[in-house]
Amino acid sequence: MLSRTAENLYWLARYVERAEYLARTIDATLRVTALPAAYIGKTNEWESALLTAGVSAGFYEAYPEANEQNVVEYLSFNQSNPSSIKNCIEAARLNARSVRTALTSEMWDTINGSWIELQEVWSKGAKTREELARFLRFVQETSLRFDGSAYRTMLRNDAYWFSRLGLHLERADNTARILDVKYHVLLPEEEHVGGPLDYYQWTSILRSVSALTAYHWVYRETLKPWLIADLLILNDTLPRSLASCYGNLVRNLDQIGVAYGRQGPSQRHARGVRNRLEHSNMDDIFQRGVHEFIQEFISDNSRLGEIITKQYLI
Amino acid sequence: MAVAFDEMNEPGGDVRQAYQELSRWLKETPPEALEYRRHEAELLFRRIGITFAVYGEAEAQERLIPFDVIPRILSGKEWTLLEKGLKQRVKALNMFLRDIYHGRDILRANVVPDDLIFQNPVFRPEMNGQDVPHDVYVHIAGIDIVRVDANDFIVLEDNARTPSGVSYMLENREIMMRLFPDLFARHRVAPVERYPDELLSCLRSVAPLSASAEPTVALMTPGIYNSAYYEHSFLADKLGIELVEGRDLIVKNDEVFMRTTEGLKRVDVIYRRVDDDFLDPLTFRPDSALGVPGLMSAYVAGNVTLANAVGTGIADDKAIYSYMPDVVKFYLGEEPILKNVQTWRCREPQDLSYVLDHLGELVVKEVHGSGGYGMLIGPAATKATIEAFRDKLKREPEGFIAQPTLALSTCPTCVTSGLAPRHVDLRPFVLTGRDRTTIVPGGLTRVALKEGSLVVNSSQGGGTKDTWVLDE
Repeated sequence: MLSRTAENLYWLARYVERAEYLARTIDATLRVTALPAAYIGKTNEWESALLTAGVSAGFYEAYPEANEQNVVEYLSFNQSNPSSIKNCIEAARLNARSVRTALTSEMWDTINGSWIELQEVWSKGAKTREELARFLRFVQETSLRFDGSAYRTMLRNDAYWFSRLGLHLERADNTARILDVKYHVLLPEEEHVGGPLDYYQWTSILRSVSALTAYHWVYRETLKPWLIADLLILNDTLPRSLASCYGNLVRNLDQIGVAYGRQGPSQRHARGVRNRLEHSNMDDIFQRGVHEFIQEFISDNSRLGEIITKQYLI
Repeated sequence: MAVAFDEMNEPGGDVRQAYQELSRWLKETPPEALEYRRHEAELLFRRIGITFAVYGEAEAQERLIPFDVIPRILSGKEWTLLEKGLKQRVKALNMFLRDIYHGRDILRANVVPDDLIFQNPVFRPEMNGQDVPHDVYVHIAGIDIVRVDANDFIVLEDNARTPSGVSYMLENREIMMRLFPDLFARHRVAPVERYPDELLSCLRSVAPLSASAEPTVALMTPGIYNSAYYEHSFLADKLGIELVEGRDLIVKNDEVFMRTTEGLKRVDVIYRRVDDDFLDPLTFRPDSALGVPGLMSAYVAGNVTLANAVGTGIADDKAIYSYMPDVVKFYLGEEPILKNVQTWRCREPQDLSYVLDHLGELVVKEVHGSGGYGMLIGPAATKATIEAFRDKLKREPEGFIAQPTLALSTCPTCVTSGLAPRHVDLRPFVLTGRDRTTIVPGGLTRVALKEGSLVVNSSQGGGTKDTWVLDE
């Protein structure tokens, strides 16, 4: 297939995934900040939301203060934020339009239909909490429908695999960023200085990767920070864990390798990252430092993006 | 202006043969039902994303072309005649192009004046002596046809460069069949759906000799900001070929390749929807970012076929148009089956003075214009506009032609107050390959939605209709 087509499919999936993640983050932050101050302490959750979205620097160029109104506006609708939900959806549609021939009609229908409906939200904004909640839900549903229609209707060939690469790479990045911002509340019991306040932080983290219920199914335990870290990093049954994302990345890259009859640097690099995850346990990770581990992962992950681009997309 | 010929209703109140069933159906169908389906059609179009861009309108970057749900119907007999005439005309166009870029018999015989060719900016000296596979220059032609009475089809314009609109022919039919199955059941409408297959086999049939047995065809688009981008992606999809932009292609050793995820892959035939000027910055406009450096040298080397060929603009120029009846006679020794509109060539002093004296009655067009821009419709124009045109004509007479204001035929069309006659034209698509010419029965009917308007162009508020050819 054309390199440009593969590139568009890859970015299309990334943008849709990112839009969903942003919507979840805002949603989770709204919940936690709605609690009485005594439950959440002095941390500025809106500040963390900006950090997990990786847009803190740009935000402070446009706004003086990280409060609900400003951050919601910046993450959802702001034109100058390249990663705002609005810009993600617009970019996704633009990519979709460029590769219409490689999309199934169901996928096009989802992305174009949502784009049409969202035009109204763009022009009117979301003025009330209800409107905002509806908007955030709509964005998440769009991503689910898009992903579902890709899964159910696409031919299992390189077009599908490239779009999956975009999805899992973006997912891994998002999960890693949450961990990066929140690692201090996930340290083992004896090390972290928080208290019961952290409980709401933990649920918030799980909510933003849609894993709150999953946690209970997997561990059958009350929330324990090190188990949350284990779930998000190493548990490959959770679709948004780093391990699961890398299982999928390796699988899809292998399928491309088989179809094209050759392997390359991206297959090797992805396998390397996956092996490291497979051979790690939480004790080691805590020993070496969660923060360092996550930082290294984030840089490895974005390195994979660069290698894939070089090997296939240009 | 005379009363226009209506394709459904005769002046006496009788309904013409081809429209009888439709007329009965319209009487049985309550207006709300029609309105409902009309609304449904619009939703479908928007959902599918069949849009076009209007240049210069930032806020309306993607617009829908209004679709009228009342079909335009041609009888089988009318179509047979039309088909014969179209094949004749396109054959002559191809022979003309071959001649202009080779022996130039037609110039030596003084049928067409030399300067009209050599001074023409769309004449491509790069094509002199250049052979193209099977002497086909115009693989895809869109010939604009109008009617003024029951008997004649008149060619308004030949489009031999990159004619568009065929996606509307196909999508309009798709949507009509979805919304009006009952109406189809009462007619025998010739299908149009094999157009993509015909187009693909046409394109493959003209692959260069150096191509493999399974030639690779690609569709080249200027990109998503082009007004016809939807059509480009639609066709690439239906043909199952890659939709490429200039940046996806690269020329090495006079061969054209596309950049794929598996490395470079040779391309043999390019159905290009990019104008000559933008094809290759090394040969044509150096500022073109849409083109492929070296494409022309691969073309000249015979390693890639471009459809349509480079330089076909010289055949659909509005100044050349007026010579088409003579061109047909010259090459084929036959009387043209399709008529031309009487045309005054402002470059000729006698014609110019007639035109200047009758500006209020005539339509004046720019020789190189298209899309309905830059024309004067005398009877509808203000005094000031007419005077402005008079100045332009005096300054640059060779840039214009003039034609009588035709009373284009009308068809019943949905308007706010119900059904009313609106002026229509027709663009059938003629495909010419190695050894045959095919025309899918139908085409794009454009309709001027404003009352009394004669401008059917989508950029000027025109709409489209499904075109039915009855299989009798």
